[in-house]
Amino acid sequence: MYVAVKGGEAAIENAHRLLAHVRRGDLGVIDLSVAQIGEQLALLVARVMTEGSCYDPELAALAIKQARGDVVEAVFLVRACRTTLQRFGYAEPFDTGAMRAKRRVSAIFKDVPGGQVLGPTFDYTHRLLDFTLAAGLPPPPPAEAAARPDETVPRVMPLLGEEALIEPNPPERPGATVPDLTREPVAFPAERALRLQALARGDEGFVLAIGYSTQRGFGRTHPFAGEIRYGDVMLEFMPEELGFLVPLGRMSLTECEMVNQFAGGGRAPQFTRGYGLAFGQSERKAMAMALVDRSLRAAEFGEETGAPAQDGEFVLSHCDSLQATGFVEHLKLPHYVDFQAELGLLRKLRAESADASEGKDVGEMS
Amino acid sequence: MPDRDSTQEHRRRVMAVCAEATRPELEAALRCVNYPGTVTDLRRPETGLVMTRGRIGGDGAPFNLGEATVTRATVRLADDATGFAYLLGRDLERARAAATLDALWQLADWREAVERALVPVGERLEAERALSARQTAATRVDFFTLVRGED
Repeated sequence: MYVAVKGGEAAIENAHRLLAHVRRGDLGVIDLSVAQIGEQLALLVARVMTEGSCYDPELAALAIKQARGDVVEAVFLVRACRTTLQRFGYAEPFDTGAMRAKRRVSAIFKDVPGGQVLGPTFDYTHRLLDFTLAAGLPPPPPAEAAARPDETVPRVMPLLGEEALIEPNPPERPGATVPDLTREPVAFPAERALRLQALARGDEGFVLAIGYSTQRGFGRTHPFAGEIRYGDVMLEFMPEELGFLVPLGRMSLTECEMVNQFAGGGRAPQFTRGYGLAFGQSERKAMAMALVDRSLRAAEFGEETGAPAQDGEFVLSHCDSLQATGFVEHLKLPHYVDFQAELGLLRKLRAESADASEGKDVGEMS
Repeated sequence: MPDRDSTQEHRRRVMAVCAEATRPELEAALRCVNYPGTVTDLRRPETGLVMTRGRIGGDGAPFNLGEATVTRATVRLADDATGFAYLLGRDLERARAAATLDALWQLADWREAVERALVPVGERLEAERALSARQTAATRVDFFTLVRGED
């Protein structure tokens, strides 16, 4: 039973004023601008956009500032903001093959058409703290080399597809509706498109841990990173009043395609796939998502199930940081009446227990 | 007279430039075009959301990825042309400027002026794209596989 509490308005108001003061910190230190967050904490912005499920770098940067850098709180703010906006419609699916790749690596083929480009990556850094950053020294300008005339790089997976060594992707069925968890609650078993939507907005830490669990043996899928690419793609949308696809602007995305253990099922065995896609440069998220996408397909391939990563209901019901934090953090709100009821019940049970054992083992806890 | 598809493709290309232009760039383009007629809002600029989609495995069935903020505007010119804009982000004035340029582009007398005014934007975008491509190209690697000779 929920019982409202009243009062505390002045204390709440003052707590929020204190929060604003503490958020600002030492006035002798320059105020952090939203533009600075957007430029210099770009990976955090990407994460908040991805999990907030709303692509708008400025909004995400503002949310990060307001949330004092708390990712889950920032996601909450972005999700709350999106509820105030109307939906114009559904965009045309991205053509990630047409991506202007700023990074593209494959762990399965050394010589892929278009080559391997590292782009701006933490890979192969020594993870030594760089004190020149603390000193605010400007970095050297990036190196340049002659670019190939066509920057779009062909996808890696079709190379395997040509020989039917990998399962084909599920084709688009004309007229089929695409499930949308922001419109209808998730029902189980959830189809793959719905699982991908949930995983895309799922908490990176959770999706990472579930993906990791498959590598450690709780539902193995034997993954290889077939291709990881990051870059920008034009978003297109068909407004009803225009009747043709309108380019809305370029969005930055990270895509990961995993190649996994073969499945046969009566046919010639083929590699299977896991897929990840996220806003901005979100490589760890895209990789983890691809691992979990594949592990959630265990039943589809007739594989042994039972690991957490193979349980769609378990993963999808717990991957959303906002839902999780809502239920966990609500515990700190006043539960005085609830607790009084529990306390009363406990006293009653103890009294009955004391009556029953009177004269025998008084005072001894059982 | 060009056929409808090529005209539409042409219009989409101009829209794509506007979609990547900053508000100051679009406003500068409008000043450059210097259209004397009145521009009225058929639909005042408003911000909303478009649900973006990916494809399973990159080329398969679509799935909903997440939303993006989009601002749209519709304007009508004194010359009876209607212009539309749908742009990523939340800048209302930027959408109105893009819709105005779209309307002007549809008028034969103004098309060339609009395209001329957008040339600097196209040049900036191309320069940025080329620079980014050169910087990315410098990170191209050739991995060698080494035979360890244990056998």
